[in-house]
Amino acid sequence: MSQQAEATSPPDTSASYDGLRLSHLTKTFPGFTAVNDLSLDVPRGSFFALLGPSGCGKTTTLRMVAGLETPTDGTIELAGQDITHAKPYRRPVNTVFQNYALFPHLDIFENVAFGLRRRKAGDVERQVEEMLALVELEGQARKKPAQLSGGQQQRVALARALINKPEVLLLDEPLGALDLKLRRGMQIELKRIQTEVGLTFVHVTHDQEEAMTMADTVAVMNKGVIEQMGSPTELYENPRSTFVANFLGKSNLIEGQVTNRASDFLTVDMQGITVSVPADRAHTDGDRGWVGIRPEKVLIGPEGAELDAPGNTIPGGVISDVSFVGVSTQYLVRMPWGQELEVFAQNTGRVEIFPEGTKVELSWRPEYAFLLDASQDALAGAQDDNV
Amino acid sequence: MADTTRRRGWVGYALFLPAAAWLLVFFVVPFYSLFATSLYDQSGSDFRGWEMTYEFGNYADAIEQYWQPLLRAILYAGIATLICLVLGYVLAYAIAFKSGRWKTLLLVLVIAPFFTSFLLRTLSWQLLLADDWYIVDFLQFLHILGPDDRLLNTPVAVITGLAYNFLPFMVLPLFASIDKIDHRLIEASGDLYANPVAAFFKVTWPLSLPGVVSGTLLTFIPAAGDYINAQLLGNTNTRVIGSVIEGQFTDANNSAIAASLSMSLMVIILVMVFLYIRRAGTEDLL
Repeated sequence: MSQQAEATSPPDTSASYDGLRLSHLTKTFPGFTAVNDLSLDVPRGSFFALLGPSGCGKTTTLRMVAGLETPTDGTIELAGQDITHAKPYRRPVNTVFQNYALFPHLDIFENVAFGLRRRKAGDVERQVEEMLALVELEGQARKKPAQLSGGQQQRVALARALINKPEVLLLDEPLGALDLKLRRGMQIELKRIQTEVGLTFVHVTHDQEEAMTMADTVAVMNKGVIEQMGSPTELYENPRSTFVANFLGKSNLIEGQVTNRASDFLTVDMQGITVSVPADRAHTDGDRGWVGIRPEKVLIGPEGAELDAPGNTIPGGVISDVSFVGVSTQYLVRMPWGQELEVFAQNTGRVEIFPEGTKVELSWRPEYAFLLDASQDALAGAQDDNV
Repeated sequence: MADTTRRRGWVGYALFLPAAAWLLVFFVVPFYSLFATSLYDQSGSDFRGWEMTYEFGNYADAIEQYWQPLLRAILYAGIATLICLVLGYVLAYAIAFKSGRWKTLLLVLVIAPFFTSFLLRTLSWQLLLADDWYIVDFLQFLHILGPDDRLLNTPVAVITGLAYNFLPFMVLPLFASIDKIDHRLIEASGDLYANPVAAFFKVTWPLSLPGVVSGTLLTFIPAAGDYINAQLLGNTNTRVIGSVIEGQFTDANNSAIAASLSMSLMVIILVMVFLYIRRAGTEDLL
């Protein structure tokens, strides 16, 4: 499956863009730049995720859209209107805050009704009840926030924002405080609600799995800039930088020398072995680069086995670590040039599980490989497994 | 299991013991003695001795004679408390939310007046409000005061003195309450279409109510009993109940009336506080 793209089109320059548009947005604090010349379009009705490690500027970006921070430079437009300097209480934007920020002195009903009452909206009673039904909190209306569980408080925060039918709903790590099981449940719930109400969601998270399962479009942020933006599959299958390759899932990155880039496929001399990389997956113009391959794309077999087309094989590996995780087996394979590669073998039952010390052959289909710029840090964005 | 609960209970009582003993000796006993005194026959004196006649009529006598200073004390204390609330709220809000790294210093400054004696501080207001000093001159210049009007020895001076002296008792609990307010709640209210005024009245103010209640009580109760301000800054027509009680205990040597006035003042304040707390509805916030 070649990843030709639903590549994101360059920002549409027509004046009447109906989504959320950030242009050259910059925010500097004394001593550092939190967001640096960031431009992006969030299409109306989409579920958009801003993904990045803590301190990458994603929350600052969100706060600028909410009006809680003033941009140092750049503009924010919403449905064709410049809201860069509009007061937060005059923007058709609502936020689900990281710690929910529910009003402790008001009951659930009044928390949810807060925005409607400020705007003197009619029919508060019915709207609040509908909203509480949507988030499955009927019957809790007269409780105080402190009497609810974390998951319930999270849903109140969501209801309190959603009831105002904002042009854009901002979610700042909304699931961060929940335990794993609840978080998975809420991810599905959030996605359901977004589909149901059809509003634009901008979701800030550091959890790549959360971003990938929920969002239509993910923008990976690092050090105040967007590294790459696209659909979850596009980002995962065809990362353009080592940061994206490592931050979204795992990647094996192997140093190589480009020997020929004449055709649709580049040939790369990877530690003495010639491998091919599709031209549209090569993200460097240099002679050197990192050949990248996802661990689950690597085939593993005993020494001398024919894993793929004849000749398409990388010999000389020795298994240095095996961990059996049920659905798959995760191997570390030490290669002749000293590097350890990760290999995930699906546990189909048809392949044996190799013990540590076994000599193995590795192989992968050329169309799954990608090539990244050699100047980038091969460890950028690498992290411990996300739980 | 039963053992540990019993032991915990024992430790609990032990911890209460010192304070309970203190209160027994210095509150319950004097209180009982005061109450008993309030029922003595008024014709007694310290020289001839007192006779317990269960004279409940003392209360009627006391209130009939001295309802004016009693009411005055409550009125002055009430106005001073309101002034303290306005000044104190603004100050506490500024210290809690706007002072940044100066917070501690400003708090020290709030309590700094306590390093001088209460009496001295009140006496210095005599100088500040004196007829020929700048404040009076300036107010006369603005025609707020007539050419012969004065501040010293007026109710205004008494209330000013009270408000000044009890301001820290208002500021500190207010600060404690406002400082605790999670700033993100105010951001959230802005995000939910509350302009700054609405955000204040719908979020900040209700969340600071515990501080408002304890601050007003800590200001009002001592201010209602205070008579130094009325004596030093007021005139004969600004006499407050504390002053009457003192006079009855000493010069007039009528301990029975003095004691019934003390009891009355206490009961009135207790009832007012009770109604106030019920009204403020802060039982579950306190």
